[in-house]
Amino acid sequence: MNIAVCVKPVPEPRHYDKIIINPATKLLERKGIPMIINPVDKNAIEAALQLKEQFGGKVVLVSMAPPDTRETIKEGLAMGADEAYLLSDRAFAGADTLATARVLAAGLTKIGGLDLILTGSASADGGTNHIPSQLGELMGFAHLNHLTELHLEASTIKMKTKIENGYVEYEGSLPLVLGVARELNTPRYTTLMGVVIAQNKPFTTWGLKDLGLDPSNTGLSGSPTQPGDLHMPQHGQKAQMFAGEPEDMAGKIIAILRTAGVLD
Amino acid sequence: MEQQPGAVWVVVEQNGGILAEVTLELLGKARDLAALGGGAHASAVLLGSKIESLAEELIAHGADQVILMDAPRLTLYQNDTYALVLAELVKKHRPEIVLFGASYYGSELSATVAAKLETGLAAHCLDLYINDRGEFVQVVPAFGGMILGDILCPTARPQLASVKPGMFQKPDRDTTRSGETLIETPTVLEGYASPLKAVRVVQSQPAGLPLEKAATVVAGGWGVGQEAWHFLDQLAGELSGAVGCTRPALDEGWAAGEHAMIGTSGKTVRPQVYIGFGVSGATHHMAGMKDSGVIININKDPAATVFQVSDYGVVADAKELLPVLLEKIREYKGKSKSQATIKCIQ
Ligand SMILES: Cc1cc2nc3c(=O)[nH]c(=O)nc-3n(C[C@H](O)[C@H](O)[C@H](O)COP(=O)(O)OP(=O)(O)OC[C@H]3O[C@@H](n4cnc5c(N)ncnc54)[C@H](O)[C@@H]3O)c2cc1C
Ligand SMILES: Nc1ncnc2c1ncn2[C@@H]1O[C@H](COP(=O)(O)O)[C@@H](O)[C@H]1O
Repeated sequence: MNIAVCVKPVPEPRHYDKIIINPATKLLERKGIPMIINPVDKNAIEAALQLKEQFGGKVVLVSMAPPDTRETIKEGLAMGADEAYLLSDRAFAGADTLATARVLAAGLTKIGGLDLILTGSASADGGTNHIPSQLGELMGFAHLNHLTELHLEASTIKMKTKIENGYVEYEGSLPLVLGVARELNTPRYTTLMGVVIAQNKPFTTWGLKDLGLDPSNTGLSGSPTQPGDLHMPQHGQKAQMFAGEPEDMAGKIIAILRTAGVLD
Repeated sequence: MEQQPGAVWVVVEQNGGILAEVTLELLGKARDLAALGGGAHASAVLLGSKIESLAEELIAHGADQVILMDAPRLTLYQNDTYALVLAELVKKHRPEIVLFGASYYGSELSATVAAKLETGLAAHCLDLYINDRGEFVQVVPAFGGMILGDILCPTARPQLASVKPGMFQKPDRDTTRSGETLIETPTVLEGYASPLKAVRVVQSQPAGLPLEKAATVVAGGWGVGQEAWHFLDQLAGELSGAVGCTRPALDEGWAAGEHAMIGTSGKTVRPQVYIGFGVSGATHHMAGMKDSGVIININKDPAATVFQVSDYGVVADAKELLPVLLEKIREYKGKSKSQATIKCIQ
């Protein structure tokens, strides 16, 4: 069973409060923020590794990202994936989700022979959760997102996906594109041995020409949506502040609740 | 019948004949956008089976037109069939803008339709407006809401956007409004077999008042801790409100479940009163509560960011304050009740 996992390098979410817009250049400044594999993509890698352990085959990682993300992607190889493909080209920069899905689809098609394509349900930086559905459409595979359970029995695959206050059970057959939710599993840790072995695993980089893509379909120029201005949410309201003994503070809060009309 | 260009569509979300709140909220927005688009139609696209009666309700909430497709095959939402049908309707009527609720279903459906039509889609929009150049501007959160970005869709049509529940005000219901209903049939589904089978849908309403309906929201963050968490439930009980939480409180398993999380990845609430305990004020959380009527926050750190969106800030240890506050409220309610009794006797 051949499985591809789409992984996206993202700035580590714990540091998002350090991201600012430079007032002079109007550009994002995120210097010094370490890059990691999008957290839920590790759940997708874990799911792929478990399937491989059960059914054999191989697990390949596919990412569209700048060349300096190689080391980040190798974390996925250290977890146990067999090979990595980095889809990288100047012409891919500024892609929206549709233009990203086109590049990923081209890479996955070139790899070929895939039974299952896994992605995370949403990326931490953009968080659109569009890619699983868009990739599914472009590949012509059936697709589901927010997968919380997955069982493969003979030729039937049984799945559960999350919805508001509940879930839906599905049955289907391969090939599929599935977006994995973090409830699916707990990603394994990487071992030192894993990190060492990862250094020698196959790592391929493909650009625009390798994928046979037309630059008018990729990157910013291939994106139907275009970014406009960036803003930071404005707060700056001044609260009326109180401090003191719990009894007095409780009294103040009760007075506020009464004035607001929720306690009578 | 020829649809005038420039229409703004809302894809209706309904569950067993009950309209989702987000659909009604979007109808209000669609009307504003359509008016700015030179008096174009605001249309509701209603898919399902035996749902004809909902058309009136959609018109009462602002739809000029209801595009109705009523077929047994559409009884349950299924992404592939709904997306196929919608893409066909779009090709036929050429709307300018199509709005979706950013529910689990709506997010998936919007992404699938966007890929089928190879057009632009902005996810989880916080605001939608037409700028002075006549462009449709979609404001989206990035980095969990730390940054907001404007998205434009200059050439591809239609322009698709998804919006979380609670972002826009639901318009008043006005049964004197009138509108037309356009009946369509899902001919694209003839001979189409779904590759996936939805076997079962399991949903249960969480106990208690839904967070987004509560007049008082008692929110708890990391600072409350496991031991003191139960005081929040009791406090919400005394105030006839509901308990909300931050991501860490959900991850720790203190909160009742995902339905209680407030913020960019959770619910948007606008209660009359929000009272938060041990919440630091991350933008991810504040994006979901900043439009509340009166905001009170209790934090032991006088410099906590959360005080920047608060009307009242109390610097205190939440674990100490909570039991005292609860006792005082009970005492107060006891007293006001006995005063009321005395009044009646007199
Ligand atoms: C992509 C992304 C999406 C996210 N989406 C959401 C979302 O939708 N909703 C959400 O809530 N979070 C979300 N988060 C997480 C968010 O960034 C914050 O981490 C989270 O909101 C912080 O929760 P908190 O305030 O409970 O915890 P902390 O930030 O740890 O703050 C705890 C606060 O409690 C105070 N405190 C500690 N002890 C006490 C005490 N005894 N008494 C009083 N005060 C005390 C501290 O001073 C501190 O201010 C998201 C993050 C990312 C990266
Ligand atoms: N540039 C990319 N390269 C590889 N995978 C990606 C990329 N962008 C998104 N994905 C995958 O798609 C998932 C959903 O991302 P998104 O649609 O951006 O929220 C992620 O969890 C990844 O698995």
